[in-house]
Amino acid sequence: MTNRTCWRAGFLLGVVGLMAGFRPTTGPPLTSSAQTHSLDTIPAPARFGFGRPATTAELTRLDIDVRPDGKGLPAGAGTAERGKAIFATKCATCHGVGGTGGLGGALVTTTMTTTGVAGKRPEKTIGNYWPYATTVFDYVRRAMPFNEPGSLTDEEVYHLTAYLLHANGIIDEKATITAQTLPTVVMPAQTLFIPDDRRGGSEIR
Amino acid sequence: MKKVNRRTWLSGAATAAVAIAQTATAKAVQVGVPIDQLWADDPTKQPGGAPPGQVGTRSPFEKLVKNPSDISSRTPLQDLHGILTPSDLHFERHHNGVPAIDPAKHELLIHGMVDKPLVVTLADLKRFPSVSHIAFLECSGNFRTGKETLSPQDICGLTSQSEWTGVSLATLFREVGVRPGASWFLAEGGDAALMTRSIPVQKGWDDAIIAYAQNGEALRPEQGYPVRLFLPGWEGNTSVKWLRRIELGDAPWQTREETSKYTEAVGDGKIRQFSFDIDARSIITFPAYPAPVQRGWIEIRGLAWSGRGTIERVEISTDAGKSWQVATLQQPVLDKAHTRFRLLWHWNGDETEIMSRAVDSTGYVQPTYRQLLDARGGNSGYHMNPITAWQIKRDGRVLHRPEIR
Ligand code: HEC
Repeated sequence: MTNRTCWRAGFLLGVVGLMAGFRPTTGPPLTSSAQTHSLDTIPAPARFGFGRPATTAELTRLDIDVRPDGKGLPAGAGTAERGKAIFATKCATCHGVGGTGGLGGALVTTTMTTTGVAGKRPEKTIGNYWPYATTVFDYVRRAMPFNEPGSLTDEEVYHLTAYLLHANGIIDEKATITAQTLPTVVMPAQTLFIPDDRRGGSEIR
Repeated sequence: MKKVNRRTWLSGAATAAVAIAQTATAKAVQVGVPIDQLWADDPTKQPGGAPPGQVGTRSPFEKLVKNPSDISSRTPLQDLHGILTPSDLHFERHHNGVPAIDPAKHELLIHGMVDKPLVVTLADLKRFPSVSHIAFLECSGNFRTGKETLSPQDICGLTSQSEWTGVSLATLFREVGVRPGASWFLAEGGDAALMTRSIPVQKGWDDAIIAYAQNGEALRPEQGYPVRLFLPGWEGNTSVKWLRRIELGDAPWQTREETSKYTEAVGDGKIRQFSFDIDARSIITFPAYPAPVQRGWIEIRGLAWSGRGTIERVEISTDAGKSWQVATLQQPVLDKAHTRFRLLWHWNGDETEIMSRAVDSTGYVQPTYRQLLDARGGNSGYHMNPITAWQIKRDGRVLHRPEIR
């Protein structure tokens, strides 16, 4: 018997139980959740009431993600010049001088990284592969530096983002990156991305 | 009576191992072992050494090990039987180490486009109705080739199977009241990488599990202790481990792991994104490198799986792909699960190549490496699931047949 038939059997038993008058005498009525989803089909109350409401403070602390439309970007501003100095002290040990390659991989598109070094596959970098500029801010803020994640201030992340975009030839040296300007930066690779077109069946894609 | 401690038991075991190992290759050595020495190793002639224990042990004769690199560790597929992966042999892939999380302090926040933003503890999660699914989990970067001395573990050891238990994500969606416009959710891990992936909300309603248990016990730290997302049939990275936050929204976040990584070149300069489903695949795990075979009857065995449903059929060729025979599927054949197949074959000692191809419930037929390259204009890096061949040499050696570009 498959899992699915087990669940169905469980569901049926539940229904029989309800009809036979085994319905709990207290509490709200149980309804089948089978219409909304297929995994858990036991009759369940509309709400269980477990857990606690999230507080505004914890939402602000934990909700750090940034979307391509700029939703989630904090206040602040950054420039390539300031970012260059921060990169040299906090990032270059792993990503190389100017971000052109190291133990942590290349971040900047150069002739060398684009064409590949002596038989190695060309590296994917922010300049030749990343579809959205907001991802640079989001990723650096959450995950870098690799050995000290979460240690950068929002201001530092803005400077580093400006630096990496400029080093990849995407924005001007004098451009200021803010919550308003970052979402408007058009990345060279953006038009290359297509959604998954595999559908199973006889076609190999 | 002679006192038996653990050390003498172990050394006795080691001696027996030598005797057995040598027996298999050189009969003369076995004949040379004096009868009293054989008796010393006879477990029926002395009380067992190990008392009942708090946890079980693996026989010292069994050397089951994963194959670790800096960023991942591979399941020894060629050494396993049945469809379940022992939890300590489940593959690992993480993006900045395994975090040490105190389950009493860990909380899961669900917010965004919901009526009631909610925080649940592990204890809260265990109060909700629980569901289980036996399913494989595979990294979409699970393919290596290039030399003959590769085992199934080396070629595709980034797939494992467990019974995953937890709360149906749909139950939590109903609890928080997901708003009608919500089409994607972000899953975020509590590791040093703060791993994030955007997932279509529909997958949450369909079969996603907020899992806290694996094969009957709490998750292993390497598999996301204390709580992970589990998305049956989808590329492993989307089943975010050490889950701490789910945010509902109306568009994908375009995180680094769904743009810079886990996307693949598919020809014409195009890059495919959000390639969630794992395509059907199979691998013969016996005969396979490094174990040699002997002529005569051989049961060809292996694993087949598909992220889109069940395995419909597995076909095996013992003549380098010229003809194919249908293998027997070993029950249970489960949805989005590793499935065992087997076929009896009489090897006459001639050099040949053996290979398997899986067909899933959508009618998808596992392609050759060449077919994949043709369809994608080159090696796409992720989602490579080619038919894998083993060369059987005249002397019984079994070697991988490397794929050529
Ligand atoms: C201790 C070494 C180290 C340091 C220091 C470091 N990184 Fe990294 N970085 C890495 C590694 C390793 C990865 C790959 C991580 C992975 O794949 O999960 C990475 C990845 C990245 C990526 C993503 C690259 C891609 O193409 O996907 C960016 C962007 C990045 N780092 C920026 C930075 C910045 C900015 C700094 C300085 C604040 C920094 N890194 C400091 C090691 C480091």
